[in-house]
Amino acid sequence: MHIVACIKQVPDTAQVKIDPETKTLIRTGVESICNPYDLVAVEAAVQLAEKYSGKVTVITMGPPQAESALRDCLALGAQQAILLSDRAFAGADTLATSYTLAQAINKINDADPVSLVLCGKQAIDGDTAQVGPGIATRLGYNQFTYVAEVIGLDPASNTITVRREIEGGSEVIEGKLPAVLTAELNLAAPRYASLPELVRSLRQEIKVWGARDVAALPEQVGLKGSPTMVREIFVPPARGGGQVFDTNEDKGNAVAGFLDTFFGKEQRLLEELLAKDGHAQE
Amino acid sequence: MKETFDVAIVGAGPAGISAACILAEAGIKTIVFERGEYPGAKNLSGAVLYGHNLAQVLPDYIERGCPVERNIVESRIWYLSKDGGYSIGYRDRIFAGERKFNAVTVGRAKFDRWFAEQARKKGALVVPATVVVDLLRNERGWVAGVVTGRADGEVQAKVTLFADGINSPLARKTGFRAEPKPEQVSLAVKECIELPAEVIDQRFNVGREEGVTAEILGEITEGMDGIAVLYTNRSSLSLAIGANLADFRDHKKKPYELIEQLKQHPMLAPLIAGGKSLEYIAHWLPEGGYDAIPKLYGDGYLIAGDSALLFNALHREGNNLAMASGKMAAEAIIEALKRDDCSRRGLAGYGDRLADSFVLKDMKKYRRFGKFRYEHKELYGPLPHLAGEAAREMLTVNGVSKKQKQKLIMQHLRQGKFGLLRLARLAWQGWRSVK
Ligand SMILES: Cc1cc2nc3c(=O)[nH]c(=O)nc-3n(C[C@H](O)[C@H](O)[C@H](O)COP(=O)(O)OP(=O)(O)OC[C@H]3O[C@@H](n4cnc5c(N)ncnc54)[C@H](O)[C@@H]3O)c2cc1C
Repeated sequence: MHIVACIKQVPDTAQVKIDPETKTLIRTGVESICNPYDLVAVEAAVQLAEKYSGKVTVITMGPPQAESALRDCLALGAQQAILLSDRAFAGADTLATSYTLAQAINKINDADPVSLVLCGKQAIDGDTAQVGPGIATRLGYNQFTYVAEVIGLDPASNTITVRREIEGGSEVIEGKLPAVLTAELNLAAPRYASLPELVRSLRQEIKVWGARDVAALPEQVGLKGSPTMVREIFVPPARGGGQVFDTNEDKGNAVAGFLDTFFGKEQRLLEELLAKDGHAQE
Repeated sequence: MKETFDVAIVGAGPAGISAACILAEAGIKTIVFERGEYPGAKNLSGAVLYGHNLAQVLPDYIERGCPVERNIVESRIWYLSKDGGYSIGYRDRIFAGERKFNAVTVGRAKFDRWFAEQARKKGALVVPATVVVDLLRNERGWVAGVVTGRADGEVQAKVTLFADGINSPLARKTGFRAEPKPEQVSLAVKECIELPAEVIDQRFNVGREEGVTAEILGEITEGMDGIAVLYTNRSSLSLAIGANLADFRDHKKKPYELIEQLKQHPMLAPLIAGGKSLEYIAHWLPEGGYDAIPKLYGDGYLIAGDSALLFNALHREGNNLAMASGKMAAEAIIEALKRDDCSRRGLAGYGDRLADSFVLKDMKKYRRFGKFRYEHKELYGPLPHLAGEAAREMLTVNGVSKKQKQKLIMQHLRQGKFGLLRLARLAWQGWRSVK
């Protein structure tokens, strides 16, 4: 079984600040790391490959420095790493990125058929969560987003069963391979690589593919292929302090003032409470 | 792990990487372990480096894109009382021209990473995020490699080079060298203060890529044997102050209090005004001098840089002693491997090289300097105080005759038990300790 994991190098957002004047991210002095969700995806891919005697290929689209993120993934046990790097790729939004990655996966698939593609559920720099689904759509694969657990995988029938996280609970779904999975943090715990694995990751050659290598159309990659426009980046305004109801003057007044204000904002809550009250009276 | 190496190096600081460059260049199979996420990750803030020593390891360091912050064209020395101070400085156009890069500032985080990358390009294997936790020994008790904190983490090597800095848990655990005593180390705190490059240019009166260093002594260490330094980086200043660890203990002072006070000193405050503190670190420096140097090599191992307590306290040179000793260790290892004798005898070329070089010559020359400083605490208290008072008196125009002023100053000195004889003796002893 051949699994492809898509990863992204991101600025360590714990350290990122926004320049209040230019409204752009201040990246100088900020370390680049491998997106944490992607490390989980790679670890999950490696675990599956170990279980079903498969292999893992990691890919990323990014500048040459992104190589270090790929090496982190090799240390986790991926067999092969490919860097998609080309000036033409610069400035890509999620549409162009998913196109480029899908083109690469097509090429990888031609050489060695791919059963699964794993991505992090989102990248911590943009938080869009669009690239994984974008890849699935472009490749025509089934997609399983926000996956917290792979419950079963049956190579014979080509089916996979996963538990995915949804609002207020989780959902178990099953579908056919090939498929795209996007990983929640609890899908797997990235391992602390052994020394031989780490050494291998440092030495291994990383292939670099450009736009031509993946037969990407120039108008669909990079800035040209990116219809998204960022209007503005801003720091959310600081929240004002809460309202104070002074109980030193007239307690009753203060409490009434609070209730009015609170339920004025929480109309629904008030209605629910009143409805319940009605039941109780019946 | 199964694979074996000729040389294992512990620590990817200036000492370890200098050795790795020389060894890899000679085609020797070398592995370097660094506990930081990347080389330099643990070595924050700026430092002064000397082009000569770097060129000895990498002659083409400029072409290789060495991340220099500023080229030092002026060195200042300040002697400060609480409220004022004396300043002398020397600037020379030769340091902007013919002898450019004699001394430069670098950011260690960037520099170490770049330096390690050069070693990697030459063929050394630099393994980050990996701590060496123990040593392998052979049946004869020789050091035979290292044990790292990772699974399957034992690595056999013919020679092990300890370049793990002064604060070495590995030394504590394995005893490859003794722990320095408190009076043999100083504890320094360092702050990196961000300012726009133009502001630094103006405040220090230098061109864009040019910089200044200042060494600062006096009442700022509050009677403790210590020193402060100020360096200009491209768009930040490094300010550090340190004192003897035993003095900190005996005076019950906290390093961060010293640096906070220093930042408010009238000589310093205007230089750092408006700056933003980027990072803050505490670090030890080996200050025991020549007599504290441990046994520098033995069967299957050598020690270089701070780990070997090689530091020239008078000239604040640590990095270049680290680089030079790392290089000499590598040369001795190459010889030993050629002769296929990695015993203490086989590695003796290291001791000979060091003894023959500025590293041990300088340290020997200054061997009494540490003791002199440590025993003359008046240098950091009453003396700068009185010196300040004297200048204050002389410079104040208030109708008192100069002769009367001189008399007053001498009276002050005598009251402070600094008769001329004592001052002369102090100067003489100081001179003898470094001559
Ligand atoms: C505040 C301050 C200012 C200074 N300013 C100057 C200056 O301006 N000019 C100058 O020449 N010198 C200066 N020095 C001294 C200089 O920093 C040191 O002398 C120099 O860094 C020594 O280099 P090194 O390679 O021996 O050790 P280090 O630079 O300390 O490197 C040791 C490396 O080993 C790693 N390591 C340690 N233990 C292990 C382990 N068990 N496993 C794996 N890795 C390990 C560490 O993470 C570290 O990266 C200054 C020092 C301080 C504290």
